[in-house]
Amino acid sequence: MDLRLRIWRQKNKNTTGKLVTYELPGISPDMSFLEMLDVLNERLIEQGEEPVAFDHDCREGICGMCGLVINGVAHGPEVTTTCQLHMRHFKDGDTITIEPWRAKAFPILKDLVVDRSAFDRIIQAGGYISVSTGGTPDANAILISKESADAAMDAAACIGCGACVAACPNGSAMLFTGAKIAHLSHLPQGQPERYDRVRNMVQAMDAEGFGGCTNYGECAAVCPKEIKLDVIARMNGDLIKSTFLSSGTRKMGPNATRNGK
Amino acid sequence: MTIETQPRTDIRQVEYTVTLDSKTPTGPIQDRWDQHKFDMKLISPANRRRFTIIIVGTGLAGGSAAATLAEMGYNVIAFCYQDSPRRAHSIAAQGGINAAKNYRNDGDSIYRLFYDTVKGGDFRSRESNVYRLAQVSVNIIDQCVAQGVPFAREYGGLLDNRSFGGAQVARTFYARGQTGQQLLLGAYQALARQIGLGKVRMHTRTEMLDLILINGRARGIVTRDMTTGKIERHVADAVVLATGGYGNVFYLSTNAKGCNATAIWRAHKRGAYFANPCFTQIHPTCIPVTGDHQSKLTLMSESLRNDGRIWVPKKIGDKRDPRDIPEDERYYFLEERYPSFGNLVPRDVASRNAKAVCDEGRGVGPSGLGVYLDFADAISRLGVQTIRDRYGNLFDIYEKITGEDPYTVPMRIYPAVHYTMGGLWVDYELQSTIPGLFVIGEANFSDHGANRLGASALMQGLADGYFVLPYTIGNYLAQTKLEKVSVDDPAAREVEAEVNQRITNLLSINGKRSVDSFHRELGNLMWNNCGMARNEAGLKEALRRIPEIRAEFYENVRVLGEKEAINQSLEKAGRVADFMELAELMCIDALHRTESCGGHFREESQTPEGEAQRDDANFSYVAAWEYTGNGARPALNKEPLNFEYVKPSQRSYK
Ligand SMILES: Cc1cc2nc3c(=O)[nH]c(=O)nc-3n(C[C@H](O)[C@H](O)[C@H](O)COP(=O)(O)OP(=O)(O)OC[C@H]3O[C@@H](n4cnc5c(N)ncnc54)[C@H](O)[C@@H]3O)c2cc1C
Ligand code: SF4
Ligand code: FES
Repeated sequence: MDLRLRIWRQKNKNTTGKLVTYELPGISPDMSFLEMLDVLNERLIEQGEEPVAFDHDCREGICGMCGLVINGVAHGPEVTTTCQLHMRHFKDGDTITIEPWRAKAFPILKDLVVDRSAFDRIIQAGGYISVSTGGTPDANAILISKESADAAMDAAACIGCGACVAACPNGSAMLFTGAKIAHLSHLPQGQPERYDRVRNMVQAMDAEGFGGCTNYGECAAVCPKEIKLDVIARMNGDLIKSTFLSSGTRKMGPNATRNGK
Repeated sequence: MTIETQPRTDIRQVEYTVTLDSKTPTGPIQDRWDQHKFDMKLISPANRRRFTIIIVGTGLAGGSAAATLAEMGYNVIAFCYQDSPRRAHSIAAQGGINAAKNYRNDGDSIYRLFYDTVKGGDFRSRESNVYRLAQVSVNIIDQCVAQGVPFAREYGGLLDNRSFGGAQVARTFYARGQTGQQLLLGAYQALARQIGLGKVRMHTRTEMLDLILINGRARGIVTRDMTTGKIERHVADAVVLATGGYGNVFYLSTNAKGCNATAIWRAHKRGAYFANPCFTQIHPTCIPVTGDHQSKLTLMSESLRNDGRIWVPKKIGDKRDPRDIPEDERYYFLEERYPSFGNLVPRDVASRNAKAVCDEGRGVGPSGLGVYLDFADAISRLGVQTIRDRYGNLFDIYEKITGEDPYTVPMRIYPAVHYTMGGLWVDYELQSTIPGLFVIGEANFSDHGANRLGASALMQGLADGYFVLPYTIGNYLAQTKLEKVSVDDPAAREVEAEVNQRITNLLSINGKRSVDSFHRELGNLMWNNCGMARNEAGLKEALRRIPEIRAEFYENVRVLGEKEAINQSLEKAGRVADFMELAELMCIDALHRTESCGGHFREESQTPEGEAQRDDANFSYVAAWEYTGNGARPALNKEPLNFEYVKPSQRSYK
């Protein structure tokens, strides 16, 4: 099939970008979306034009590295990652607009590549269980109901791609942060730090410049791992509870004093 | 810079057998690790903060090591090429992780896991290492559960297990089809905690391009910041490489696109021996190639072989819809040839048999390079819901990629490059032949011998990172007098200058062909001549072709863009340049090892039934290759392998 692509080209962080149009004939429906861009890049190189920069790695929908806004939708028309989108979902003659994630907290680095390190800093602020290596009890000493394990796993499936932020009119990271908090709070191991964690992570999230949540629900609609909106409700519930508890005041992450590691 | 373009005509082999000290302990095997831990020197908790350790790679191996060393009090500087440590290729592991917990009461034990791993590796691994791996496997599961890894559970609240990849016990722990992801998130969270506490300085989007040696010891690395293009020097008291495998030599593999050999190859060129480079694993269950645009191959977890039946039409060139082919016209080749293991034979056996039936013309799908993996029987026996619970996400992946519904049409699968057992040679303490350079995870030549069993790579990566390296590196630091060094050391500057020179060179060639076109050409050659089956003529042909491809690369590659900016073509060019050198070493190794063993199948060495025929009298050793200069033939160092416990026998899965 023959396509017309409109792609965001931007030299670096400090310049402004623009959409550039490319004609791309001869695309096979079996190609993945990124393979289609590979073909474009090979042709650009042939013509002496710098290829389009985009992030990707596993190309099997699990690393969360890829992410493009395709015709205005994060990860495109199918609910999946950009790398798992195949060209059979497009038609001959289509015009496809391809842009990077756009959010205040995700600055564009070049073309379609953005900086998502804010996500890592949210995790560093408390998205973990404070156990060090060694000295842990036998794995079967902790009984966990299948329901809890499954609920934790549902939330833990988040790949940190950032589509939720890109889709949200407010640029909110509630779905991502809520997913991590839900993963740990569904498990008995996550209980001791449950309220400390939520406060610290939410604070970090706000400090990174992500917007608030006004219940658009766009995030869950594009999430390739089908993270549900209820993780946000759960996070908010825990946050409120934390204000009534004496736990929930400990500083974790970069703000912590090194209290026993 | 000199690039060797002449084929190697000199086939005299320089060999040494005495130079390698593996530091393997003696005594009863079950006591060796405990005794060794006791014998090793310690660094007191208060003194640890005086040491800095560089860790390159933060996948399962590097992430777990970085977190653990920081928890112990060391200062860690860690690097990865992705934008976050959470994205390392370990994340893609689907099936599970082994541990000798015997939770199923089915006769498993540390000794049995040890035995299975030595045997599965076709007697080309070190017994002491493998035993230690089996021992610490149980601690890994405890650690991961404490971190909040949501492993699958039974209704009673206990952990669930499954049997995996030919094991006759159920010792595999799993988190749906995303075990690698969940284990990595566990290690990543532990690492994030230490980053937050300031004990780990994490450099993401940073690629190691060379190793700095000062006074014969590994003391630092040179990196390129992939966002700004800035070249930087970093120094420390020891360097750990945890950079994963080199399967991308073949261009098409199940590895992530960025997986590369640059870190280990550069270390090799600076003196680290490369062990068993030709031992690569071809995974039997991957989605077949659809065309020239193919950029990578996707694995379908081998857990699918627990319930799926593999077959091809009996009639050559039978193009009927698989559902219309009656039972008696199907060839269930694994079940027929291996009645006791059936579809669960080890990976190498399953892969070779798939290739064989395709070579006979029985292959299915548009390319003829595929076999069916059929769930119809399992679905009628267990119901769709059970199959969906077990494999739902794998079936979804398959459907997304192929557009076919595996609940109703048999899957099509074909073998693909998946894992590299070879890697930098390390001793029992995971130290390479360069003092102060440690190598962990898939990057080392590992505990898997000539063939890795399913669900054992995750185990090894985490064993190395959580439970082995943190002890052994202390032993090195405690015993070594390390002078203070700075990034301005002349040796460090010199390495940086070489790195700059290489980059400038790649950018200035300005030829006609893209980096990918060279990578494809190399990969294709390696797949055909050094892939699932190898023979002397093919390997010699590859050794003739590789220098030609390399020569053309340096004359005709086109790398556009700038040095000091994001430049993905430049990143690829550097990696492919290194793959082209490594490829040659792989072929040299494959040519010299005239036996078949595990994943290395030399057509000249097979049993009358067509199975791999080992030659223990001549090849019961680790081949550790030493770099001897640009264009010079590498020297072969042999580490003899002794089997005191598991006596070598011909593997039989009949
Ligand atoms: C699709 C797939 C499925 C698998 N399934 C299983 C399974 O079910 N069970 C099992 O046991 N094993 C499985 N394996 C194998 C297993 O996943 C890997 O062997 C293992 O995860 C490797 O871990 P690692 O930490 O050594 O390397 P990786 O996870 O590959 O990490 C490498 C790290 O090094 C960094 N790096 C690499 N090069 C550089 C450089 N030059 N400079 C800076 N940083 C660098 C990367 O950024 C990354 O952080 C699977 C493998 C694949 C491909
Ligand atoms: S919640 Fe969904 S969309 Fe957001 S980062 Fe996680 S996987 Fe991506
Ligand atoms: S490239 Fe890994 S999720 Fe798309």
